[in-house]
Amino acid sequence: MATQTSGSGDFINNLGKIYGFYAGGFLLFVVLLGILEQVGVPNRVLGYLFVFFTIAVYAIIGVLSRTAQVSEYYVAGRRVPAIYNGMATGADWMSAASFVGMAGTLFLLGYDGLAWVLGWTGGYVLVSVLVGPYLRKFGAYTVPDFMAYRFGGNFARFIGVLVLFSASFTYVTAQIYGTGIIASRFLGMSFEIAVFVGLAGILLCSMLGGMRAVTWTQIAQYIVLIVAYLTPIIILSTKNYGIPIPQLTYGAAIADITAREAQMLKDGLTTAATLKPHIAPFYTYSPLNFFGIIFCMMVGTASLPHILMRYFTTPSVREARQSVAWSLFFIFLLYFSAPAYAAFSKLEVYTNIIGRELTDIRPWLFTWGELGLIKICGQNAASIDAIVAACKTVAGHPGVVRLQDFVINTDVIVLSTPEIAGLPYVISGLVAAGGLAAALSTADGLLLAIANALSHDIYYKMIDPNAPTVRRLMVARVLLLVVAVGAASLAATKPGDILAMVGWAFSLAMAGNFPALIMGIWWKRATTTGAVAGMIAGFGLCIFYLVTTRYYPQAGVSWFGMSALTNPVTGAPLVDVAKTMADPKWLADVPASAANPLQSKIGWFGMNNILCGLLGMPLGFLVIYVVSLMGKEPSREMQAFVDEIRKPRGGTVLQEKD
Amino acid sequence: MATSENDQAHWKKTTNLMWIMIGLWIFFGYIIHMFVNVLNKIVILGFPLGFYMAAQGSLIAFVVMLFVFAKKQDQIDREFGVAEDD
Repeated sequence: MATQTSGSGDFINNLGKIYGFYAGGFLLFVVLLGILEQVGVPNRVLGYLFVFFTIAVYAIIGVLSRTAQVSEYYVAGRRVPAIYNGMATGADWMSAASFVGMAGTLFLLGYDGLAWVLGWTGGYVLVSVLVGPYLRKFGAYTVPDFMAYRFGGNFARFIGVLVLFSASFTYVTAQIYGTGIIASRFLGMSFEIAVFVGLAGILLCSMLGGMRAVTWTQIAQYIVLIVAYLTPIIILSTKNYGIPIPQLTYGAAIADITAREAQMLKDGLTTAATLKPHIAPFYTYSPLNFFGIIFCMMVGTASLPHILMRYFTTPSVREARQSVAWSLFFIFLLYFSAPAYAAFSKLEVYTNIIGRELTDIRPWLFTWGELGLIKICGQNAASIDAIVAACKTVAGHPGVVRLQDFVINTDVIVLSTPEIAGLPYVISGLVAAGGLAAALSTADGLLLAIANALSHDIYYKMIDPNAPTVRRLMVARVLLLVVAVGAASLAATKPGDILAMVGWAFSLAMAGNFPALIMGIWWKRATTTGAVAGMIAGFGLCIFYLVTTRYYPQAGVSWFGMSALTNPVTGAPLVDVAKTMADPKWLADVPASAANPLQSKIGWFGMNNILCGLLGMPLGFLVIYVVSLMGKEPSREMQAFVDEIRKPRGGTVLQEKD
Repeated sequence: MATSENDQAHWKKTTNLMWIMIGLWIFFGYIIHMFVNVLNKIVILGFPLGFYMAAQGSLIAFVVMLFVFAKKQDQIDREFGVAEDD
């Protein structure tokens, strides 16, 4: 595995200097654009400069990091220091859903939204304690590599690839969708074209240099996204509370929100049925679903191949552990700020929009209303005239905005904060660049995970084990392109519901991978038959629950004893199952269309289908345990192998030829 | 079994540390949030404590846990001579 080349050794030693210069250069660029704005350069031009300059920088890094060496392509030569790998993982991890969507979710759901914040951070404990360092010691290029070695060959490898593919493809489609939304909003091009423009940016970074290129671009992208996320709320916090630490000062905003909620109820501006108190739990998710989401997201984290493979790139097992800690630290910086965004925006909406005369609305809102992202009285809030006309049609409307009149798209919260705070446009452009960096970096990592599994596991290990290096890398690149175009084509059809799609990816990975990974490392007695049976059973049950509740809910009710999910506050069913089942219109609707009232509203034990991993994972563990005990104990060599990966000392167990 | 006594002792300590970490993970990930309504009665700097634990407290705990774990596990590896060379 000796791949040290003289030039790259200098590069590793000077990482601090290089990325320091880069960060300084980026800040300078933002200041420069700020000056351009002051001298009257139009906003549209600033938006273009932001997007193209940042994508160009990522592409240059990608091209400079091109490589023709297998270990560089798959695991960046295993030379990425812990702290930088942590930053790259942070960017890999935080997607458009985290950057743009999470604060909006917290705005709408209040406390219940924190299930996602907890679920998307706590899983790193499992990564470090149970899985990551052991896979690093093993020395795989991909997660299915481990499955194949530990569980007797290509059948286990193939199931591993199947799990990886279904989880990562669902996830990457959501990312490309997010890229399209941001690019279309800030560049003013149509969504379908924007999807493919974003894709070009993604491919430039990952095509030529594989893991090596993706690593060094992701670090650059992390710096952009964290600066972009923190800048607006730090300014807002300083302005309103005199302290530049929004994570500390938003406590005051929360107190104000709670007081305002009581006031709004008293003034008739909202009803008890509409209002979800910001700090009160279990208004959207029942306790089972709240804790279920936390659990599935956490365990899913420790099963997602694109995250686990990031820890294959560190120089040692020790650094792999440190790297997980750094990863979570860098992720934490964004996640513990998201609730501050939500609180500041909510206070602004509750005090300056709800309860105002229709003619007295603050103008920042209309730019989003024009795009259809904010509605008042059921119509796009494009201007004062538009909302006055819309509210006239509502019977008994008092002429002031009530909470039930106001509908906001969750994406608006982060993107509109600069305007709410009255900041110059350059900050809005910065936020857009940050959102783009978040979506691109995650898509990079996911596409690479898929292409690596197809080229390394399927092509090289299963189809042509004698393929020369050049052809393996060529196959990897071609597959990357094919998968990317496939995901973009799917994203262009706007499959929708990003949060749910991401949730499924986690559950699928959890049900398919987690039991086999854990038992493979922590239980020597786990056998090939047991693991293969467990993976099929767990993954199969998860897929079954997901597909039935979403696409064939009628069959779920008739044959599998599923019933309606319930409202956590009132306990009433979300849909009238008996009535819907009697309606021939819906019975003919197979697979269920989006309009089908039963779609995703039924299940077992009141469990949302995002939680399908919660059914599949325990079954997987049980099957592995029982089937393993029925068979013969694994060979002495296999047990020695498990001993070997438990000890950091010594080289990697698996030695790939270059 | 061919496993040496040293390796067994190393693995036993590693497993103990694992269970401690899993215990803390369950506490900060789940148990503390089951008491959200009680904790929300305590308000610090405007933050109801139950809300704060889910928004920041548990996250800080996870980050600290991971740095401590990396250190402790390395100490165990060194104690039994199975750590990598520096």
